[in-house]
Amino acid sequence: MSSDKKFKLDGKDIPFHDGDTIMDAVLRAGEYIPHLCHNPEFKPNGSCRVCVVDVDGRHMSACTLPAAKNMEVDNSSEVILDQRRSLLQMLFVEGNHICPACEKSGACQLQAVAYYTRMLSPHFTHFFPRRSIDASHPDIIFYFNRCILCGLCERASRDVDGKNVFSISGRGINSKLVFNSPTGKLGDSALSATDKAVSVCPVGAILPKHKGYEDPIGERLYDTKPISVVGDVAANHSANDSSRNGD
Amino acid sequence: MNDAVPEKKLKLATAALCGCFGCHMSLLDIDERILKLVELVEFDRTPLTDIKAVGNCDIGLIEGGVANTENVEVLRDFRRHCKVLVAFGACAVNGGIPAMRNQFDLQDCLQEVYLDGIGVENPHIPDDPEIPLLLDKVHPVHEVVKIDYFLPGCPPSADTIWIFLNELIAGEAITFPYSLIHYD
Repeated sequence: MSSDKKFKLDGKDIPFHDGDTIMDAVLRAGEYIPHLCHNPEFKPNGSCRVCVVDVDGRHMSACTLPAAKNMEVDNSSEVILDQRRSLLQMLFVEGNHICPACEKSGACQLQAVAYYTRMLSPHFTHFFPRRSIDASHPDIIFYFNRCILCGLCERASRDVDGKNVFSISGRGINSKLVFNSPTGKLGDSALSATDKAVSVCPVGAILPKHKGYEDPIGERLYDTKPISVVGDVAANHSANDSSRNGD
Repeated sequence: MNDAVPEKKLKLATAALCGCFGCHMSLLDIDERILKLVELVEFDRTPLTDIKAVGNCDIGLIEGGVANTENVEVLRDFRRHCKVLVAFGACAVNGGIPAMRNQFDLQDCLQEVYLDGIGVENPHIPDDPEIPLLLDKVHPVHEVVKIDYFLPGCPPSADTIWIFLNELIAGEAITFPYSLIHYD
């Protein structure tokens, strides 16, 4: 009987279907587990680990772990919240995330998830890596400083756009996004401004040119309501697109 | 605002290191509430009192990151004299806008600003011995001394500062409504 298929999230029953991950079932039930590299439209990556939950005593990523009957999933204990906050702090110090100087600020998923987890400080020592900008594309600019290597643009370009423009190259701290073009420049790749890969970026790494700071402070995506209520950057982008198309 | 006034006023000191003074402006944005604040605290060294040396204090607010040798000295002096030291605003918390110079060699920055920049007259890198030496990178304050509280924001809003100081002075847990914590 399908109604038997339930697990507990912080003591609450969550029904699931065959093949669901914990994240799939939780999002469908209208609950929230913080995440960055996960987007329900794409195959889970499990790389950012921000969706860490305690499943029967083991810390697992909710976006990749298949749901199973009678699991006890802890999504809100101090231990889990601390672990998520530490992961976010490491993401912040590893790049150069200067929020006051970023166009994405206020509508950035990294920032919003950090607000959600009540991250007040970076805690760790900053790396201050020296990373460049690729402004070679006529319509799109790429900030390596802000890229968190979530791999969403890679998946979107490959699976939806059919272009394979992005890939992650290198290992460890030397990992970086590379562009599939003869010169290695984004401007010489097949990327176009309407590609799915451009709209899925959860941070301010891939940004459209010729516009910016369009929403005033106080009216941006995450200014007044948390991400658990507002939802992901990409989902809001898609919703805005379809409402515009509907006009 | 708590009506109960403590018997002995707490001492509050503030300093601006490598920042834009915006966090201090935001502190002044509490407007007439500053009259209530001075019932609770006595200002020690701050840009508002013009006291030059920090005395023993209960609370120290540090605006700005650490960009030169004087910033290091002031910050360490505050740590020695303040029971509770607060990283006050984005630059103190993570280096902020000034830390964007960490993308470049210091020599290149000086060269561009004082020698090669457009419109520079009498090109000369300032070298008066009274000018504090610049550090090669701008650092958040927690990389130099132990910090007790972090108040992000560029700047933290007046309401954020007000809630923080009141809860801290009252000895309560510090909690903010969602919209009062932001990194920009």
